[in-house]
Amino acid sequence: MAVMSYAQAACSALARAMREDERVVAVGEDLGRGGVFGQYRGLAQTFGAARVIDAPISESAILGAAVGMALVGLRPVVEMRVADFAMCAIDEMVNQAAKNRYMFGGQGRVPLVARLPIGIWSASAAQHSQSIEAWFAHTPGLVVVAPSSPADNYGLLRAAIACDDPVVYHEHKELWGVDGEVPEAHRVALGEAKVLRAGRDLTLVSWSRTVLDALEAAQSAAASGVSVEVIDLRTLWPWDRETVLASCARTGRLMVAHEAVQAAGFGAEIAATAAEELGIPVTRLGAPRIPVGYAAALEAEARIGSRRILEALLAWMEGRGRRRFSAATD
Amino acid sequence: MESDSSPADRIAPERLAALYRTMLRIRAFENAAEVASRGGVAAFGAAAAAGALVRGPLHLSTGQEAVPAGVCANLARSDYLTSTHRGHGHAIAKGAEPRAMMCELFGKSGGTNGGKGGSMHIADFSAGMLGANGVVAAGIPIAAGAAHAIRIRGGDAVVACFFGDGAVNRGPFLEGLNWARVFDLPVLFVCEDNRYSATTATESMTGGEGAAARARAIGVPAQQVDGNDVAAVDAAAARLLALVREGGGPQFLHALTYRFKGHVSVDPATYRDAAEVERALAQDPIERAGQRLAALGVDADRLRALREEAEAEIARALAAAAASPAPPAHAAYRDVQDCGAGQWR
Ligand SMILES: Cc1ncc(C[n+]2csc(CCOP(=O)(O)OP(=O)(O)O)c2C)c(N)n1
Ligand SMILES: [Mg+2]
Repeated sequence: MAVMSYAQAACSALARAMREDERVVAVGEDLGRGGVFGQYRGLAQTFGAARVIDAPISESAILGAAVGMALVGLRPVVEMRVADFAMCAIDEMVNQAAKNRYMFGGQGRVPLVARLPIGIWSASAAQHSQSIEAWFAHTPGLVVVAPSSPADNYGLLRAAIACDDPVVYHEHKELWGVDGEVPEAHRVALGEAKVLRAGRDLTLVSWSRTVLDALEAAQSAAASGVSVEVIDLRTLWPWDRETVLASCARTGRLMVAHEAVQAAGFGAEIAATAAEELGIPVTRLGAPRIPVGYAAALEAEARIGSRRILEALLAWMEGRGRRRFSAATD
Repeated sequence: MESDSSPADRIAPERLAALYRTMLRIRAFENAAEVASRGGVAAFGAAAAAGALVRGPLHLSTGQEAVPAGVCANLARSDYLTSTHRGHGHAIAKGAEPRAMMCELFGKSGGTNGGKGGSMHIADFSAGMLGANGVVAAGIPIAAGAAHAIRIRGGDAVVACFFGDGAVNRGPFLEGLNWARVFDLPVLFVCEDNRYSATTATESMTGGEGAAARARAIGVPAQQVDGNDVAAVDAAAARLLALVREGGGPQFLHALTYRFKGHVSVDPATYRDAAEVERALAQDPIERAGQRLAALGVDADRLRALREEAEAEIARALAAAAASPAPPAHAAYRDVQDCGAGQWR
């Protein structure tokens, strides 16, 4: 078992997939120099430029070509650099990759993995910080993944590459440098959540980087006598209803926390499902509906963070209802 | 290179001195921003250290100053400009205040954008500078649209649309140029060709004969120019903008230059050949203009004074940025939209 960073874990998962299956290729800008975050480091040297394909700044062609590659026998892993730039390829993702199989009556399969790093990249402002996983969870035909740890980035990237459906794979920019143990055989099934902390009073569901904040909040809540069960959803579509609802049935309450904007976020889907299925009280916490600003004070407003999760959670448990946080809208 | 070099050869010393001054102001700004950003930029996987004065990704235009200086010398404040992620030079040359720009880089409320945007989104609409942009090629259709509005509303303003060599491989390049052509719009497209797209040599990723050839294929006349010769850029822009102003539709200037620094300030750019960098540094547009001014008889004291003035101006900008207050947290909810503005849910 090796200790490696979230970026290295992804790199070694991809390297392994490329070794084991010659149909796997990587496509994206600057991949030959290791990718923007070093998540492709060394791959071009090992596998050559024919399989680690440097692309022009042509997001729609990168993703569109990947659809064609996938239809004709390859398994492309496509880099969008940051999720924000994947918006330049939204037709290829939503109208092409996601629709192909169904629209053509099941003739084609599109086994591609599109990597869309999400999340606030500190001081990079509104066009490099978005979390848009809900857009894809809303789109039939797509699998949506968002790992929170090096081990899961390794295990889930392997599973995503092995999946015959198009997978939108969200890594988080503030997780690249996080280290953790990564067992070599680790593989995580798509659609499987993980209970990271057991608790009695409330189920707290999260994914991606916000899982770290959720764990911190749960620890602090324990000091206030509130026992929180923390679940890392890991895959947003298909999401693990069984694990989440079983936990909710035990604790009797559900809170979902995510970095993406709260309004129309994926937390609403989980909360609504728990309310429908179990009739339990639910709440959710996401970012305010504002773009991410550059200045530190503005950026901080768009961050959820453990403090806000803790505040919301305790206020809710004490029956004080949901509070608005920090600055009032003026 | 088909630049008509004669007007550039005949440039008046005073005009060249003004171009030189613009380049010096841009260079001083870039150098100061670079120093202020040390340790603060989160890029290429590295985390930002707290405490740096400029925290955001910093795309420096050091070495490319002749292009905005030469082009914008031929624009009025009432003309428009669209920019890129590497936009400091465009902003200064178009008339934005370095003081407000530096405040923006520092994330202060006195910034051009009130601290909302930072370096990558510098904008000064009061100077017709419609914004730096974090999305490559995004400014090209926007420039076409601005020109379309000018056409419909009347008036004699024009639009200068700056983008890099990497942008010609994105769809909006084709779509924006074609739009400007079919509607005969008053746009000067300016490709600042520094030969790199982030860490990739653009040539290796670009088919055909490059930017100018692509423009011509869409019916937009194009001229190539030595983008490190500010007088040549000035002369070419003067000629092309005159054609644009006459109503002949879009024109295209392909300026060949070089990016002295890495893609962002923390990029050591080790993927570039040392000899290539060496050759490019020898073509420093500011050095070249300085030598030319000396040859035209402008004395050394005058040149030194221009350099010192530019540096003093940027020193004042730094001081102002340090003194400007940070925006209050509630500003995060301002300017989102009018209808249903800045709400939690
Ligand atoms: C649509 C899109 N894809 C990728 C990027 C990441 N990116 C930022 S700048 C850049 C290189 C741009 O090269 P060029 O257009 O030549 O401009 P230069 O940086 O050389 O000034 C890239 C790939 C982006 N900002 N937008
Ligand atoms: Mg370039």
